[in-house]
Amino acid sequence: MIGNANRHGFRKAYSRCISVFTFICACLVVAPLGLIFFHLLRMGASSLNLEFFTHLPAGPGEAGGGMANAISGTLILLGIACVIGVPTGVLGGVYLAEFGTPRVNWGIRFLCDILNGVPSIIWGIVINGLVVIPMKSYSAYAGGLALGCLMVPLVMRTTEEVLVLVPQAYREAALALGIARWKTTVHIVMKAATRGIITGILLALARVAGETAPLLFTALGNNFWNNDLSKPIAALPLQIFQYAISPYQDWHRQAWAGALVLVAFIFTLNISVRFLTRGKPVRV
Amino acid sequence: METTQDIASTGKPAATAAGPDAAAPAAPRTAFEISSLNLWYGQKHAVEDVTINIPDRTITSIIGPSGCGKSTLLRCLNRMHELVPKSRMTGSILFFGQDLYAPQIDPAVIRRRIGMVFQKSNPFPTMSVAENVTVGLRLNGIRNRPFLRDRMEQSLRMAALWDEVKDDLGKPGVSLSGGQQQRLCIARAIATQPEVLLMDEPASALDPIATMKVEELIRQLSREYTIVIVTHNMQQASRVSDKTAFLYLGRLIEFSDTDQLFTRPRSKQTEDYISGRFG
Repeated sequence: MIGNANRHGFRKAYSRCISVFTFICACLVVAPLGLIFFHLLRMGASSLNLEFFTHLPAGPGEAGGGMANAISGTLILLGIACVIGVPTGVLGGVYLAEFGTPRVNWGIRFLCDILNGVPSIIWGIVINGLVVIPMKSYSAYAGGLALGCLMVPLVMRTTEEVLVLVPQAYREAALALGIARWKTTVHIVMKAATRGIITGILLALARVAGETAPLLFTALGNNFWNNDLSKPIAALPLQIFQYAISPYQDWHRQAWAGALVLVAFIFTLNISVRFLTRGKPVRV
Repeated sequence: METTQDIASTGKPAATAAGPDAAAPAAPRTAFEISSLNLWYGQKHAVEDVTINIPDRTITSIIGPSGCGKSTLLRCLNRMHELVPKSRMTGSILFFGQDLYAPQIDPAVIRRRIGMVFQKSNPFPTMSVAENVTVGLRLNGIRNRPFLRDRMEQSLRMAALWDEVKDDLGKPGVSLSGGQQQRLCIARAIATQPEVLLMDEPASALDPIATMKVEELIRQLSREYTIVIVTHNMQQASRVSDKTAFLYLGRLIEFSDTDQLFTRPRSKQTEDYISGRFG
């Protein structure tokens, strides 16, 4: 009996140890995020002011200036990326979920997953070869296209996943009413999964918003305002990169501020996703 | 007349409602002539050599133990089985004399004339009560608001649901109770004014009171519609239907007037089933 009791005590202690260990691991996962954010706040918050959001970058060595052009450039690039990535990704996901045969789907999913794993800089080089060289200029189009291409596999898989969650009973009900297949897909199935689809798009946007590598060979960056999408355009990640490797103290501080703005933007996107998915990913 | 001659050209459900009467003789017409119907799901032979004539303006029930092919047979009548990959069919089904499976026939057009109600009520979750009723009309191109409103009210009244929901038309369809949802689905199915209603165990998920309401409703509807109802509840079949078909292991064992089938079955198997010796 006494032996048993000892054994029981040992098990309890052992269980405790493992629980504590897993908790520490979980903390280690979350810790970098906290460290990054607080470090960014410490380094960047002091340089954040109205000027940062409204002014062009100052010349080397000059004080002041902002990243207004880079912020608007990032938004423009994300807009172009959406125009390219969202329809392609959503329609591809619709194909996988609603129309594809199992064999074809298997192939598409496999390629899609490989595409997802392609390093983003490769996209930059590919788009450089396909768009920048023939057009003889770095451009917002090329940058947006590179980001859009990165979005496609992400949007496609999440769209497929949420559409598959829509119960078959709704498709049957609609088809039994004599509603055409494509109308059933658009007005019944996609409508029921709207929140899930939007969630996928926002997550993909959050993912590509911070990408630097694909923009290096496509959007290039720009220290001035740019209204011509066929010309190089500024972007926050590029501006941060350029400032961070510069020798000027003032630019370093601005780079920190830019990084803080970028992270806050991505945070905001992710928080909106949380709001959208409160309850269930699919409204059923 | 013209409308029953050419199924594929019948776009407007409203036009077909008057069609069958035009030249109808006094004798009951045949809605479905099913001959030597076979259906396979992959290797599984779900329906074997079934031949039945289902008369117009009557309630025909299909009974039999689970997995006997009742639902499959029902789904052949509006080509819903085609949604199942690897299903294969032989034999023919004539719908008021027209081949349902002729190559020029669009299944969507067929389904506007042959409505369906499912076992589990399935109002669309993104739509209100009113939108659920009119969705079949709206998505088939009807935009006339007063017309939609009238048809909505008329369908809900026919489905005996109007008095219960008339103040909640804007609420989500899924906020209704189970029995109300099923009647909402019936209203949705009759809003396009089909000629036939196929019902796949429409009351099996309902409590006795809701079941009674739905059965009463089926009786009412049989004045204007041909109704084919699949049920595993024999009492229900005997209560509501005029004709009953007994299916066992994919084969049609017996098809006759309901009274006769339940009181003087011709086949031993039928007798065993209805007396509860198996199934």
